[in-house]
Formats: sequence, C-alpha cells, structure tokens
Amino acid sequence: METQNNQLNYIEDTQGRWGIFAWIFSTDHKRIGILYLISITTFFLLAALMGGLMRLELIAPGETIMDAQTYNGLFTVHGIIMIFLVVIPGLGAVFGNFFLPIMIGARDVAFPRLNLFSWWIYMAGAILAVYSQFAGDGPPDTGWTFYAPYSTESGTNVVAAVFAAFVLGFSSILTGLNFIVTIHRMRAPGMTWFKMPLFPWSLYATAWIQVLATPIVGITLMMIVAERLFQIGFFDPALGGDPILYQHLFWIYSHPAVYIMILPAMGVITEIIPTFAKKSIFGYKAIALSSVAIAAVGYFVWGHHMYTSGMSGTARWFFSFLTFIVAIPSAIKVFNWVATMYKGSIDARTPFLYAATFIFLFMIGGLTGLVLGSLATDVHVHDTSFVVAHFHYIIFGGMGFAFFAAIHYWWPKMFGKMYNERVANIAWLITFVGFNVLYFPLFVIGIQGMPRRYFDYLPEFHAGHLISTIGAFILLSGLFLMIINIYRAKKHVTPAGDNPWGGVTLEWQVPSPPPTLNFDEIPTITKSPYSFEK
Amino acid sequence: MEEHRDDIGSRMGMWIFIFTELLLFGGLFLVYAIYRADYSAEFHTAAHELNAFIGALNTVILLVSSATVAMAITAVQKENKKLALILVAITLLMALFFLVNKYFEWGHKIHLGIYPGSELLTKLERGELLFFGLYYFMTGLHGFHIVVGMILLTVVFFKIKSGAINAGSFVLLENGGLYWHLVDLIWIFLFPLLYLLT
Repeated sequence: METQNNQLNYIEDTQGRWGIFAWIFSTDHKRIGILYLISITTFFLLAALMGGLMRLELIAPGETIMDAQTYNGLFTVHGIIMIFLVVIPGLGAVFGNFFLPIMIGARDVAFPRLNLFSWWIYMAGAILAVYSQFAGDGPPDTGWTFYAPYSTESGTNVVAAVFAAFVLGFSSILTGLNFIVTIHRMRAPGMTWFKMPLFPWSLYATAWIQVLATPIVGITLMMIVAERLFQIGFFDPALGGDPILYQHLFWIYSHPAVYIMILPAMGVITEIIPTFAKKSIFGYKAIALSSVAIAAVGYFVWGHHMYTSGMSGTARWFFSFLTFIVAIPSAIKVFNWVATMYKGSIDARTPFLYAATFIFLFMIGGLTGLVLGSLATDVHVHDTSFVVAHFHYIIFGGMGFAFFAAIHYWWPKMFGKMYNERVANIAWLITFVGFNVLYFPLFVIGIQGMPRRYFDYLPEFHAGHLISTIGAFILLSGLFLMIINIYRAKKHVTPAGDNPWGGVTLEWQVPSPPPTLNFDEIPTITKSPYSFEK
Repeated sequence: MEEHRDDIGSRMGMWIFIFTELLLFGGLFLVYAIYRADYSAEFHTAAHELNAFIGALNTVILLVSSATVAMAITAVQKENKKLALILVAITLLMALFFLVNKYFEWGHKIHLGIYPGSELLTKLERGELLFFGLYYFMTGLHGFHIVVGMILLTVVFFKIKSGAINAGSFVLLENGGLYWHLVDLIWIFLFPLLYLLT
C-alpha cells in the first residue's frame, strides 16, 4: 500500500473513504486547504453580493431598494462574513495549509488531526454566523465591531453573531498554533531559518498574532454575551461599566487582526515577484524580519481607531507615533519588491499582473492610512467613507488581490491544469478598473463629509455614489469572469506540467498535483530558496 | 501513512496553547485592574462578602492536585503503573472537591440574592456590582477550565490503564499535567485578587 499511495496524487488518493467523506474527514493538509478554498470562496461571493446590494441602495439619495434597518443588517453581516469568515482565515487557511508543508519540505503539518478539527470549528462558526442572520429577531445591526453599549441593547440577534465570532477565533488560534509548531519542528534537513522561503516566514509572523491576539477578542466577546444574558455591567455606564473599555479590548485584537490579513498577502507577493522577474529576491532578511517587526509593532497601535472616542492626549500621540513606525517595515517590503523587479527579465503573466496590482493598491491604501494615523487629519475624516475606502484598498486591494494572485499562481500546481490565461488577463483588467472606480470616489466624498454606514445622503454626494455603484458592478462582473475562467480550467486536456512558471521554491520540484506524501524522499536543503543561478 | 511522532513538538503546541489561555484570562485581569483602580473602596467592601476560608481551602486542594499530577509523571517514568493511576485518580478527586466547594460557595451567594442581574445587586454601589460581576465571570470561567481539565485527565487515566501512556511515551500525560498546572496557576492569582484584598 505504501508505494502505491506514493504514486497517487492527493486528488486520486481517497484513502479508502467514499465520496465527500474523503474530503471532510481527510487529515491531508492539501485536502484541508481545498476544503477551506471552497468554503471561503462561497462566503466571499455571498458577502460580495451583499456589498453589491448596498451599493445599489446608494445609487441615488433616499430609500432606493431597502429601508434603513435592512441596510444596517446588511453592512453588519457583510462585515462579519468578510472579516471573520473570509479575510482572517483566507490566505493562511487555504494556501498556508496547502503549501506551507511542501515549501518547507515536510509531509504534512505538525498536528494533522487538529488541522481538520480547525476546519470543522470554522464550519461550526460559519453556520452559526449565517444562522444569526436568519433566526431570532432579525440580523444584527451593530456593525462588525459590536460596539458597546449598543451591542448590549440592540434587540437583534447579536448573541449568535458574537458567539460565531468567538468560535471562529478558536479555529484561527488552532491553525496558528499548528503552523508555529510545524515551522519550528518540521523544516527539511538543511533548511535553516534564513533558508526558509518568505511565504512561510510571513505565515510564522501571522501565526504568532493569531495565537497571542485572538484570545483577547474571545474573552471580550464573551463579556458582551454575559452582558446581554446576565447584565454583568462591564460595559454599561448605567451599571458602572465603561463602553470605551470595550473599544480598547476589541481593538487590542482587531488591529493586529489587520496584520493577520495582510502579512500572508505580502508573503504571497514575495513568492510571485522573483518567479516572474527571474531574479533572486532583493533583501531576503529585511523582508523576513520586517514581517516579524510588523507583527510586533502592530500589537501596540490599536488606539488609532479611537482618536475621537475619548483618550488622553499622551495616549493619542503615542498611538499615532507607533502607527507611523509600523509603516516603515511595510514600506521596506515595497522597496524590496520593486528592487527585485529592477533589471529583472519580467514575464508579465497573470499572477504577476495581480501581484503588481497588489503593490499599487496597497500603496494607495497604506498612504491614506497615514492620513488616518495622523491626529489632526483623522478628526476630519473619522467615520467617513474615506475610512471605508482606505480599508477596502488595504483589505480587498491588498489581501483580496493577493488571494487572486495566489490562486492564479498556484492553481496549476494544485490541480495540474492551466486556466485560459488570455481570459484571466481580461478578468484582471475588468477587476482592476472596477475596483478603482468603486472605491476611489469614496475617498473624495469622504473628505467632503459623507459619513460611513448611512443608507441615505445629501444630494451633493450623488455623483460620487453613482460612479462608485457603477464600479461595483464592473468589479462584480470581473470577479464572476475570473471565477468561471478558473473553474473551466478543469476542462483542459493538457496537463499544466510540474513547473509552468519556472519557480525555484520546493513546491515546483514536486509533481502537479502533488502526491499524498508530497515527497518520495525528504529533500536536503543547501541553497537559498530563491537561487535562479544554475 | 506512518504515524508521525514528535514529543518536543507536542509539548511546544501545549505551551503555545497555554499562552493563549493566559491571554484569555489576561483580558479579564485587565478589566479587573481598571475597575479596581476606579472603584477601590467599593471593591474593598465587596470582597468582605467572600469567604476567605473556602478560598484558602480550594487553593490547598488545587496545589495538592498539581503535586499529585506531577508525581504521576514520575511514576509512569518509573514504570509504576498502579501508583500513576492512583495519583491521577487523586488529582481528579481533588478537582471534584474544588467544584463541590465552589457549588456551595456560589449557591450560598445566590441564596443571599447576590448574582448578576439580581434586585439586591442593582441596589448596591456600582463598584460592588462590578466586583460581583467579575467574581462570577472569573471564577465561572476558571471552573469551566477545571471541568475541561478533568475530562482531559480522565482520558489520560484510561490511557495509562490501557498502556497507551507508558515509560516510553507519556507526552499526553505531560501535556495534561501542564494544562492542570495552568488551571492551578490562574487560581493562585484569582484567590488573592478576589478573596484576600479586603
């Protein structure tokens, strides 16, 4: 059996299980990665459609297609699904699970059963999150941040939604724990820390944030539940509690969570750029350590969400200062990517187009982040659509486009089939244009004073909202084209080959799709991961 | 597929899990610290309501149980299966004693009308209300961890019995012990903060 298993790839090898059970009970890290891919894509499309509906409501002033309460429910549900079900697990759960063991020369993660368990917890949380939208007294209307005291008073289904976020956090912690131990214990012989590829490095930094920050939001959300069920009083001013304390506890996790989203995205870009520039990465150690620096400093900047909530002047300049500090390692990465491309022989294939787009959009998102990080300018644009535009540039333009880059880069490896590159490039162009038409006007009307989370607006914002809604539908059509095109790759008869892009990291040395045990023999590492010189 | 075994890796996993548990309680300790600073006099008064004797008794119970679980590891290493089983059983019994004490302690307070949302509590000073909110939340969450620890140690008990945990392979017992020490450690901080600072 042993040798026979070695020859089967992971898709053919059902390990004696029948049909869907071969997937949902498999402890193979590759199959678990695919499970996450399917679940996350489904939830992404659901929440993207909700976003489309919100944009449709905002196409003209006044009530267009829904009332205010429905709109409140939609932006809350859109936020909960996108943040907790899509972007936070996102790259780590899909591509981290699939490629981390292969890239470090291991057969699986350190705790395969725990890994499968994490997916089950994720699904339990997901079902609970979706349930909260339909059961009880209507979808939660607090926004995904669940700010007290409103979240302790709102008559909607807050407890289920909050508990779902708690359960999803548990899944995130276990994945992070698994990755840390995997990276410490299972690297191939000869792979020292500084011979490890940079996507695993970014996953390592991310995993520590997952492990060290998530429990804080876990306990905070439990306090919200206790507040609602037992009137425990922690965040209720009428009972002596302090709502601002909730905001602190919430952002102690939820700001580092932004780095849980973006660090693996940066890791993906760092893999793609050298492959298509045909050149070793510039500043390997700087990129590796800047991931760790972002993770460490990112822990202490949460206060910049609360400049207008009531904090001492000292606390405010302190948080502002650290916010500027955390921009430095992010910029280091951007400079290194550009320097890697410099004088490279760039092959602008589909994954590269997405990766380059990431850099462009991430820079717009990052620089507008500094506008928000400065004390004086933040007061002006706080809680306006400027903030909405900023974080969509970072999260969608950053993490989202990195996800698209990753799926186009690794798809031929995961399934052994190449998609139609011409259609993929057209989809890229439509998505890129649609994205900017959708979000850029929000910067402009945000500066002019358009508040966020409003279902109605003054006539002077009409032009901006109209352009933005048009952009939303361009973007959605681009997304559908992209997904259909990738899905249709399975119809291609000719295999993609083991190394269609000429990559040099370990995943390109194994067959496509990889065999169940990844390697016939665990490789011994002697060179840096990005040596293109023969 | 051959079974991958890495005891150091398993222990590392447990330690990282313990970090997350510490941070989980860390959030609560933070809330405690802030409200203690805001309402120090009222916390002082409210703490008189707690029975320091039962608190001290439970501290002794947990310390003894921590010692017995540590001794069980040595017993397994010395291949003394019977002693190991007795020691884990004592640990479980101590945990049960702890919960029984807690039951009477909570029951007595609820009988007096001191529980979150009660009429009596809403008439008290705000700081006292928050103190009892924290008391129930913190000891409740800790009690939940005691139950989880008991389940874990019951599994360990049967694995020692079946021989799955033996002198050559006892990382599960070690991890169960580590978890139990964590539960003990958190109590060591809860006890003075809630019962003794009067």
